[in-house]
Amino acid sequence: MSLLMHIIQNEWKSLLRGKWVIGYGLIFLVLTDTLLRFGGGGAETLLSLSNVMLLFVPLVGMIYGILYIYQSREFVELLLTQPINRRVLYWGLFLGISTPLMAAFILGSMLPLGWHGILMIDGMASAMVLGLGGILTLIFASLGFVFGLMFYEDKIKGFGFTIVIWLFLAILYDGLVLMLVFLFGDYPLENFVIAVSMLNPIDLARIMVMLEFDVSALMGYTGAVFNRFFGTALGITTASVMLLIWLAVPSWIGLNVFKKKDF
Amino acid sequence: MIEIENVKKGFGQLEVLKGMSLTIPKGQATGIVGPNGAGKTTLIKTILGLVKADSGLIKVNGQPLDKDGKYRKNIGYMPQVARYPENMKVYELFDFIKGLRDQDPVYEEELIEQFTLRPELEKSLRNLSGGNRQKVGATLAMMFNPDILFFDEPTAGLDPRSSHKFKKRVENEKENDKTVIITSHIMSELEQLVDHVVFILDGNIRYYGSMENLLNESNETRLEAAIASMMDDEPKEVAA
Repeated sequence: MSLLMHIIQNEWKSLLRGKWVIGYGLIFLVLTDTLLRFGGGGAETLLSLSNVMLLFVPLVGMIYGILYIYQSREFVELLLTQPINRRVLYWGLFLGISTPLMAAFILGSMLPLGWHGILMIDGMASAMVLGLGGILTLIFASLGFVFGLMFYEDKIKGFGFTIVIWLFLAILYDGLVLMLVFLFGDYPLENFVIAVSMLNPIDLARIMVMLEFDVSALMGYTGAVFNRFFGTALGITTASVMLLIWLAVPSWIGLNVFKKKDF
Repeated sequence: MIEIENVKKGFGQLEVLKGMSLTIPKGQATGIVGPNGAGKTTLIKTILGLVKADSGLIKVNGQPLDKDGKYRKNIGYMPQVARYPENMKVYELFDFIKGLRDQDPVYEEELIEQFTLRPELEKSLRNLSGGNRQKVGATLAMMFNPDILFFDEPTAGLDPRSSHKFKKRVENEKENDKTVIITSHIMSELEQLVDHVVFILDGNIRYYGSMENLLNESNETRLEAAIASMMDDEPKEVAA
């Protein structure tokens, strides 16, 4: 345990010295503050913030994860020659780089929400947007690790794959589902759509935001179906469980690739 | 002491180690040589646990390689390419590795003095010259006084003075009954540092014995010529 903390702390120090993680937090600080100043009320601002969050947090998380693997290659190899277990090293590196990223998003967005009083008024909704951003950071940093380890020798392929996956999950997915629904509109598609939206963590997060704000019509087709099918409480619970599975599976795959890998 | 028994390793279709067996006793300095792609690095990485063997057995000080890497407490490794997190300071890197190994350094101060690293300690690793980074690597490898030392192309980036100090240091380690293993393409360097040679060709050990013996057998006076003549011999051996 202390060994794990030792590795995590070292990564924290490295990241803080790099300063850009602070810049990342500042971007969300400025963004949230601006939205609150010019965008009117709390709920609308939170929705705008979550739209930005759903788009950028996955991209930054995944790029950061894969970049870390590529940039720290020799260092990780040096660490692997030390008397430590690979499992501990993996968790140390992963938590060491993903938690500051998560903290930067949460703090950066939370501070303006706090000083504009939104945290007090829309506490639940704020907590949900911030929490979802945090979980998405972890999920996508973990996916970045997985792709970095899988395409260890071929960086171009690794980055290409990352960008394509992001484009697909963040932008194309909902449109594709909608297209399928149009094409097969004569059939009962609810179960299919629900199953499909479970397979995309960004969609899941979007659905949860939407269920919380009760604005299903504004945020994509899959959300509308989800809302009608489950209703708010059950819908949010189901989506949360699925997100946790999404958190566990890439981490587990990453850990196993790391444990078996020849460096 | 390192014992390797019939170790095989392939990457996909490519068989890199084809059933290697080797025992390296303590107090011996061994040079691992061979052409590019012969399997030198894979062999070393397998012993270090960076690469996992497909089959065979490796023991370090009588202990089979374990998942927790405890056996690596006895190993110091100096990599060929010394790249560290850029904004980490030298002393921070030392502190980090100390915590990671959970060992107290024995020769930290001595090595810092010897390699004149004192003025570099407060600098970021990014601002260090290649040679100084190599010295940091050498210090990390030796400061815990491990029984077994691996050096991968150790003096390639070092200036003559540091290179000389490094070689003296390795001499001392050898006299202190350490197992020293060096890979290098610079044969004159190996001549100075090692007394035994492992010559690897195509994933097999072509020669393992004392340097003296090798020179006598091949009727050469220099290691470079002896190795070159062994490489030249190879096609005939394969044909026969």
